[in-house]
Amino acid sequence: MQHQYSERKYIISGIAVLVSILYLSRLFYLQIIDDSYKLSSENNSQRQVTQYPARGVLTDRRGKILVYNEAAYDLMVIPRQLKLFDTLDMCRVLEITPEFVRKTLKDARAYSRYKPSLFLKQLSPETYAVLQEKLYKFPGFFVQTRTLRKYPRKIAAHVLGYIGEVDEAKTMDDAYYKSGDYIGISGIEKSYEENLRGTKGVSIFLVDVHNRIKGSYKNGKYDTLPIPGLNIETSIDARIQELGEKLMQNKTGSIVAIEPATGEILALVSSPAYDPNLLVGRVRASNYQRLSEDSLKPLFNRALMAKYPPGSTFKLINGMIGLQEGIITPQTKFSCNMGYHSGGITVACHKHPSPLDYLGSIQNSCNAYYCNVFRDILDDRSFGSVSNSFSNWRRHVASFGFGSKLGSDLLNELPGFIPDVPYYDKYFGKNRWKSLTVISLAIGQGELGITPIQLANMTATIANRGFYYIPHIIRKIENRDSIDHKYRIKHYTTIDKQYFDLVVEGMEMVVKAGTARVAYMDSIKICGKTGTAENPHGEAHSIFVAFAPKDNPKIALAVFVENAGFGATWAAPIARLMIEKYLRDTITNPELEQRILDGDLNSRVNKVVAKKRK
Amino acid sequence: MRRETNLYTSIDWITVALYAVLVLMGLVNIYAAVYNEDHKSLFDFTQRYGKQFIWILASVFIIIMLLLFDSRVYSVFAWLIYGTMIFILAAVLVAGTEINASRAWFQIGTFRIQPTEFAKFATCLALAKYMSSYNFRIYRFRNLFIIAVIILAPVGLIFLQNDTGSALVFFALVLMLYREGLSGTFLIYGVVIIVLFILSMILNPVTVAIVLASLTVLFYWSVEQNLKESLFMILVYLLTFSSYFTAVRYGHFKLSQQFSVILIMGSTSVILLVWAMIKRLKTVYVIVFYLAVSVTFTSSIDYIFNNILEKHQQDRINELLGLKFDPLGTGYNVNQSKIAIGSGGFFGKGFLQGTQTKYDFVPEQSTDFIYCTVGEEWGFAGSAVVILLFLALLLRLVFLAERQRSAFNRIYGYGVISILFFHVAINVGMTIGILPVIGIPLPFFSYGGSSLWGFTILLFIFLRLDASRREVL
Ligand SMILES: [Zn+2]
Repeated sequence: MQHQYSERKYIISGIAVLVSILYLSRLFYLQIIDDSYKLSSENNSQRQVTQYPARGVLTDRRGKILVYNEAAYDLMVIPRQLKLFDTLDMCRVLEITPEFVRKTLKDARAYSRYKPSLFLKQLSPETYAVLQEKLYKFPGFFVQTRTLRKYPRKIAAHVLGYIGEVDEAKTMDDAYYKSGDYIGISGIEKSYEENLRGTKGVSIFLVDVHNRIKGSYKNGKYDTLPIPGLNIETSIDARIQELGEKLMQNKTGSIVAIEPATGEILALVSSPAYDPNLLVGRVRASNYQRLSEDSLKPLFNRALMAKYPPGSTFKLINGMIGLQEGIITPQTKFSCNMGYHSGGITVACHKHPSPLDYLGSIQNSCNAYYCNVFRDILDDRSFGSVSNSFSNWRRHVASFGFGSKLGSDLLNELPGFIPDVPYYDKYFGKNRWKSLTVISLAIGQGELGITPIQLANMTATIANRGFYYIPHIIRKIENRDSIDHKYRIKHYTTIDKQYFDLVVEGMEMVVKAGTARVAYMDSIKICGKTGTAENPHGEAHSIFVAFAPKDNPKIALAVFVENAGFGATWAAPIARLMIEKYLRDTITNPELEQRILDGDLNSRVNKVVAKKRK
Repeated sequence: MRRETNLYTSIDWITVALYAVLVLMGLVNIYAAVYNEDHKSLFDFTQRYGKQFIWILASVFIIIMLLLFDSRVYSVFAWLIYGTMIFILAAVLVAGTEINASRAWFQIGTFRIQPTEFAKFATCLALAKYMSSYNFRIYRFRNLFIIAVIILAPVGLIFLQNDTGSALVFFALVLMLYREGLSGTFLIYGVVIIVLFILSMILNPVTVAIVLASLTVLFYWSVEQNLKESLFMILVYLLTFSSYFTAVRYGHFKLSQQFSVILIMGSTSVILLVWAMIKRLKTVYVIVFYLAVSVTFTSSIDYIFNNILEKHQQDRINELLGLKFDPLGTGYNVNQSKIAIGSGGFFGKGFLQGTQTKYDFVPEQSTDFIYCTVGEEWGFAGSAVVILLFLALLLRLVFLAERQRSAFNRIYGYGVISILFFHVAINVGMTIGILPVIGIPLPFFSYGGSSLWGFTILLFIFLRLDASRREVL
């Protein structure tokens, strides 16, 4: 019955025969007719050389180069092609030991006999020149060129970031990266990796037994040209970045300067800083290790990540909230009896005329004034409860960008911390806290955690009289029309412009005749506010925020100097020098500059670090 | 009535010889592919050739065992073997070790085994057992359904192991079903499905719809030879397509391609069905049915492609269809493979003289891409010999299968033929760049204990059955 289908064996056999014929003809074509797959002699072989594109160059806002590339030469080896060679001669040229040669070759063989392995990383151009002459004596070795990052000004290490070998995980999920490739690991190098890196190319060469390149394989049919990375103009002004880093030497802290009209970051200093050249090339691993073990944490980007209480600079915010909510008017006066006393709690103040009106309170930074304002804000009956009015207060604060990441193009930004109702409910119990319980918020102390970039952004917001652009570090990417649209959007606060005009008047008084007279200059109208962040572990941190000129401001900045005491002592003069340098390209008070440069505050910081360790 | 047979005289020595030659050639090429000057000995068991040598010795032992069993064992225990294998396939999903993204291995110490390789002979045994039963009729829906279940159970489990290549192998059994009387159109449908698949990858859905529509008219005309009715069908298509294009052109609205196809084909089918009812034209029903199936098929391909296939599978298909050219990406292996084979010339570069094959695909060089080493070191002569040896084996197996008296033996034999044919065709086709890169081994050649043993068992059960063919009347 089923034998009726037995003739189908011919069809099945026929299919097998047909497929065989098809494959045999294909093989005949590949192996005999098509010459393109043949190699000219049996000992010739291919070598693939990755063509690394030049990484994009980074410049400052005036076109000064911050990072460029320098050629570096890696010596590669293909174990299978090795012939006997004069090891000692090689050791002389490369300044290596015979043991190194033996061990490296053994590792290379273990990896693959046919694929190139790295023999020696990053030869200097001089070594390369000598080696080039002798390379024919070392069959199996060849040199692969790639480029190294070079930092002519040795500044802005935290901003620029660094590049390093890509990790295993990344090569797994991004096919572009092969083991041994370089990738941006932090800073701009990381956030703009895709623009900077360019596109790799590959050349396939034919080489003979003497390891000499005989020509390109199939006339370069399978070669691809590398496409260079795009150059990026950063918003940094190298002059004040450099000055800032210098002024902060032997001190711990941060300076962030922003151009209010655009949100462009003019300087971003985190101190202690380090020379970015330390994290390049063969020395990177050991230097990285050393830097990461340093007790002052130079790798930690304080400008974006350190949380400080803002101290009295925060009074600017509380005052504006009071005005906005109608709690006070510019004419409202509070008296101060060396501090604020209520319910057994005292918030001390210094000696100054009393009572003070709104502008006077800024000029003299009166604690009692702001304790009164803050309590009146929270105890405002129209909100029904302290919780509700506190939430409203927090809404105003958050509109300045506090308590969350600003969203800049610098990665690693941290949100800081502004306590909210659930936080206090958890801490004290629901309805168990009132305005007096959280009174330290009135003067910028307590649980508040603000990053330097957030405080600089607040200052820029005041300079703009009510709005900010998200701070960002780049101005222009080569061949691109514009940077990300999100940096072109105005973010308005919840405070009306008229109150900003008032607070600006107060800030001008601070520098003219208030707590920051040290920052005063005849030629530039600087508006500022001092702050002193109390620090349970040691001396207070010195803080100063300022912008200038008063009208049509060009620069807004925040300066933090850790364990430096009052804001006026260290932070204010630093801000003054930065502003003058940026606006006038000169410093008219070299004695002041010298005093700052000579100041060594790190001994105090080290004491704190030591104390914390215990 | 049973007659005892002398195993030594009744075993088919031609097949055994072909097997031995292929296995030894495989060993030689594995040696060349992973050749290591520091470990020159063939018996260095830290190297793949040393290990393969052990697998081969073990295979000899397996062969002796298989031949010593009474031939009736394979028929009697067919279901048990099949059931056990299904259980093991399920167990490997739970308790298996994941290697290269496939959870397809059991690991005991350093020893790994891949149950998939053994599911092939088990499935063939089960099919042979079921299809040789007294009441079996291949054209009965119920019987076909059970065949489908027997085949799809291991396919599903292997698919879940993320081993798509091995899962596809089982569809090769259509060839055996064809020999057993399955309508030849199924074979043709198989080809049509592949063509449609490729078409729908390259062309946009509306164009595919036009192609499908033209095919139905051609089909109708070839079956019914009625010009008037065929012209009517063309008219219906022209009307629906032109009204669709007019509507899109002047209607200022946008339809998704998928929705457009469903709209066009839906309205066409309704018109044709009404017409068929009025005119009582049976063939039209069939055509509309096929049309609906084809449209569903082609439009589901897009979905499957984008949502079910893994990225690397998409890349491979794209590469094969020439949709993306990427010499250092997906197509890189194939390009290197072609260079290796192509550089072999007529006589090859000689044993251990290959350079290309040692370059860049070390992990698969001794397994899926072993044929490259043959091509490079032995040239056209060697590659052709390998193909001709496989062809000889297949033709010999067809001869053996046809001389069986029992349906069980014959069906099992054709199962072996189908699976070997598919493996060889896909594997060689992949290395010479005319089929997509589907990771399945070249039988008897590729490195690996599981695959060698799997194929050995598959083949020698059949030789054992063949040796006793005269015992059954
Ligand atoms: Zn006071």
